[in-house]
Amino acid sequence: MTNTLHRYGDAESFRDDYVVFAICSRGKNDEESVPKLRRFLEMALPFQPVNLGDARHGGALRPSKSVNPMSHWKRDMQPDFQAVIDGLDTPTTAAAVFDNRAAAEDFVKSVKAADLGLSVNISTSIEGAEQCCHEADICRHSVGYSLGFEGKTGHLPNEDVLQLSTMCGHGMVSSSFAKKMVDWVKEGRRTPEEAVTYLSRFCSCGVFNPSRAKRILEDARKRTR
Amino acid sequence: MKIDPEKCVACGNCTYVCPMGAIYIDPVVKRATVNRDECVECYACYNGLSQEHLNPTLVRTMRKVFQMMRLRFDPEPDVCPTAAFAPEELTWPRVVRRAFSDPRVPHESTGVEGRGTEEVKTNDVSGRVNVGEVGFTIEFGRPGVGVWMREIQEMSGQLARAGVAFEKKNPITSLMSDVPTGAIRPDILNEKVLSAILEIKVPVARTEEIIRLVWEVEKRLETVVAIGVGTRCDPDGEDRTVAPILERLGYKLERAKTNMGLGRITNSAPDVRPAEGARR
Repeated sequence: MTNTLHRYGDAESFRDDYVVFAICSRGKNDEESVPKLRRFLEMALPFQPVNLGDARHGGALRPSKSVNPMSHWKRDMQPDFQAVIDGLDTPTTAAAVFDNRAAAEDFVKSVKAADLGLSVNISTSIEGAEQCCHEADICRHSVGYSLGFEGKTGHLPNEDVLQLSTMCGHGMVSSSFAKKMVDWVKEGRRTPEEAVTYLSRFCSCGVFNPSRAKRILEDARKRTR
Repeated sequence: MKIDPEKCVACGNCTYVCPMGAIYIDPVVKRATVNRDECVECYACYNGLSQEHLNPTLVRTMRKVFQMMRLRFDPEPDVCPTAAFAPEELTWPRVVRRAFSDPRVPHESTGVEGRGTEEVKTNDVSGRVNVGEVGFTIEFGRPGVGVWMREIQEMSGQLARAGVAFEKKNPITSLMSDVPTGAIRPDILNEKVLSAILEIKVPVARTEEIIRLVWEVEKRLETVVAIGVGTRCDPDGEDRTVAPILERLGYKLERAKTNMGLGRITNSAPDVRPAEGARR
């Protein structure tokens, strides 16, 4: 699973994108891991994450199987972080997403101090990760580099759409839908905040970054391509 | 995945949310229809769209009236107004599509949701990639292009000929009929998935050779490829070995995931002896 690794963008575009996730290894530290994973998510709350998620159940904004027709006019757009924490009931990957380095650094310090025994990774620009580790006095154990997309890249959409759609590394945010949201924001049919909530609900593990997505949509609104 | 024609009102919302673009409004029957060849059973439509349970006849009538008056009905774009999606019972080999495309379905071989394994994310406890080694994840099909199993076999065959070993716990490896040759089970070669990942590990000295091999094979594939390169850092947390090789090959390294080394083996009876480099 490389769900946060291959986000499209240059290092500068990840200035508001810090995904910190905890994962246990099957047969090695998965016993009693559920309360530790919940604790990991709870510890993120004081640092104002923009999303929380667990790989089995999703993020802080989720689709509903029984939408009230009135929701077309009054939709609940607020993330429900507590639901993510309460819903985590099986060993999985728990993720906290931040839109600024200071928050990510403070969270990493806090996680280190808690000594949960879980593997903890940060996915962002290489420099951003180095800074976070440095501030927390952590020596990186291993690093996994993304070499980007290659092969038949002609099949890929434009950069704005690609930046949005690859924020769900499992590919659940479709390029067509991301393009539609860019177009709707351009048309003024929806605000970037509204468009972001639609996109977020498709991410099945909660690593979608609504703050970065909003910035991308704001930028795309004025672009000509 | 199927769409119930009795319920569908052809609003078109689902045509956008399908990552493969495999849903269209059939102009003859005037209902959303799934292109079964291209559908990878990712369930993004069923899981991602919120569902209303409106009366289909009522919605169709309203839409017709709006259309006649040239009024644009402006519903929420992430809602299926009549809950028309109907997951079907998948059988072999089609079930393979869902295993590699719906991230909420864990692979039985790994227990991990998604298409790969723990790779370097748990390297601090698994010791999978040691000093002097490089772990490759070669991912096909993402984002939004998809890949046929026969295309993956093209790559796995070449890698096998180069003498590399495939990660045993990887879902693709588990579907190989002959691991030493990289051959994938013949009965699934014509299955298409949203994405899949080959995982290998080689000595650092072979990094450039493997990347050049991937470059050569990907030219023959009709999909996109994303390479991930994982390595163990030096004791001071630096990587002075692999990054320079990648940069020499022309890659501008922008993003990475960093394992901070906070994990340790805590199970009362770990299933295997800790590998070199794992923390206890």
